[in-house]
Amino acid sequence: MSALDPLFTYLLRLGDDNLVLAQQLGALVSTMPELELDIAVANVCLDHLGQARYLLAYAAEVEGGGRDEDHLAMLRDERAFRNAVLFEQPNGDFAHTMARQFFVDAYQVPLYEGLATSADLRLATMAQKAAQESRYHLGSSSGWVVRLGDGTTQSRRRMQAAVNALWPFTADLFSADEVESVLVAEGIAVDPASLRPFFDDTVAAVLADATLVLPSDAYQRTGGRQGLHTELLGHLLPEMQSLYRAHRGVQW
Amino acid sequence: MEQSSTVPNGSARESHFAALLSAGEKIEPRDWMPVAYRRTMIRQIAQHAHSEVIGQQPEGNWITRAPSLARKAILVAKVQDEAGHGLYLYSACETLGISRDELNELLHQGRQKYSSIFNYPTLSWADVGAIGWLVDGAAITNQVTLTRTSYGPYARAMVRICKEESFHQRQGFEIMTTLAQGSEAQRAMAQDALDRWWWPSLAMLGPPDEQSTHTDQSLQWGIKLETNDEIRQRFVDQTVPQAHFLGLHVPDEALAWNEGRGHWDFGDIDWDAFWEVVRGNGPCNHERLAHKVQAWQDGAWVREAGLAYAAKQAHGAPRNSA
Ligand SMILES: [Fe+2]
Ligand SMILES: [Fe+2]
Repeated sequence: MSALDPLFTYLLRLGDDNLVLAQQLGALVSTMPELELDIAVANVCLDHLGQARYLLAYAAEVEGGGRDEDHLAMLRDERAFRNAVLFEQPNGDFAHTMARQFFVDAYQVPLYEGLATSADLRLATMAQKAAQESRYHLGSSSGWVVRLGDGTTQSRRRMQAAVNALWPFTADLFSADEVESVLVAEGIAVDPASLRPFFDDTVAAVLADATLVLPSDAYQRTGGRQGLHTELLGHLLPEMQSLYRAHRGVQW
Repeated sequence: MEQSSTVPNGSARESHFAALLSAGEKIEPRDWMPVAYRRTMIRQIAQHAHSEVIGQQPEGNWITRAPSLARKAILVAKVQDEAGHGLYLYSACETLGISRDELNELLHQGRQKYSSIFNYPTLSWADVGAIGWLVDGAAITNQVTLTRTSYGPYARAMVRICKEESFHQRQGFEIMTTLAQGSEAQRAMAQDALDRWWWPSLAMLGPPDEQSTHTDQSLQWGIKLETNDEIRQRFVDQTVPQAHFLGLHVPDEALAWNEGRGHWDFGDIDWDAFWEVVRGNGPCNHERLAHKVQAWQDGAWVREAGLAYAAKQAHGAPRNSA
């Protein structure tokens, strides 16, 4: 293990978050409640995919082993993925898609704002653009949480169910180990614990506006950063990787 | 919608309409127009808009399996463009006095059509390349002339759309080029896609002139500027050399360069097969429409919630209690 390993792992963690989310959002194009929302979901998908590609390409470079973004995306198995478990939760209905997006956005806005001043300039450059994208996503997802929460009886029931279903996967966003602590000390990474106040305040304010509540059950599922995923990832990856794996060593 | 703001009545309006057409000027929403012109325009723009929207599906089928992240990004952007084209075209159609909801309903009931080409399945990654190359390619051949069509809002929508369509055609051709220069399996995939998409791409440009019921009137009204057969010949002429460049075989034994005409001769299109697809019996007619209707029905509660929330905001009505 070289001295570069913490940065490689950190980039994989952030890159996989975005890749797994983009993969899920891509499946939603043409299925949304309105044409404008087909366009919007494609936009959000493209932002996360762009972030994933940047982070994974950089990770491959840091590793220096001759891999590239596609090797990392297509040839790793589920135990080697480092995304937080929230990102692999299914699209579900529109309320679930929006609840997942809202929790992601409330985490990524302070993450990217923090990384925008990282001592690692490559990371900082990417984070400045990503922070703008995330702020825009947060405006949109929180708008939907409020509209659905305070819309009709049915939409409120669905939105509350989605919040309840996804909340147990949020603590994993803030999991940290020596990878982060080494990089935080070098001014490269953001301490995940430091993102919690923004996240909690945002969630509290938006849910209040939406007339929704957080589930009282304190159960939280973690482990994604160590490659201990929910069973869902093992279905998502084979679909994403099938064609690449069927024709090794060719150009596309 | 029938009265004009610029011309008073009767035959004067008709001669004004005819004068605009013969001067090559655009008909605008506020101008008087014959009922049949309006009806034809609505049918054509709606069919075009529906095609863009349904057209998300065949290529969308490969988004989750795109073989590289770069290809995935290009494909998502391309499919997103098609949805955007649908939006511009619905707006253009609405200027004729019909709402998007009505148009949507007519599509769902099967009373308005979309292009027959989207009723074929995408069975391999090469189909994504073939669609961009051939289907977007054929569409551009038609749409470039439609930028000069007589109805102003439609012509202007076409200008925007054509810019994006040429990117679509290029990315498709680039996928085909990569596959054609790739492994044995990739070349086979590319050839198979050309075999399946070639004839439907020729047919999508519409029935031959002698069978086309609307052609004469549409040419007279400046809605169409070229006949289906003229557009089809141009498409064949530009596409055959591209297939040869790729080293792929065009599945038409009658294909031959005609020195005298200065065009490629090509074989007979199976119009019975084409009309079967138009009548609803293509390989994917049921799936495509069912997918569209399902998405619309699944989204009903979301649209209702949006309206209910907006109404509460507007009226300061009491909110749900937590
Ligand atoms: Fe289009
Ligand atoms: Fe296109």
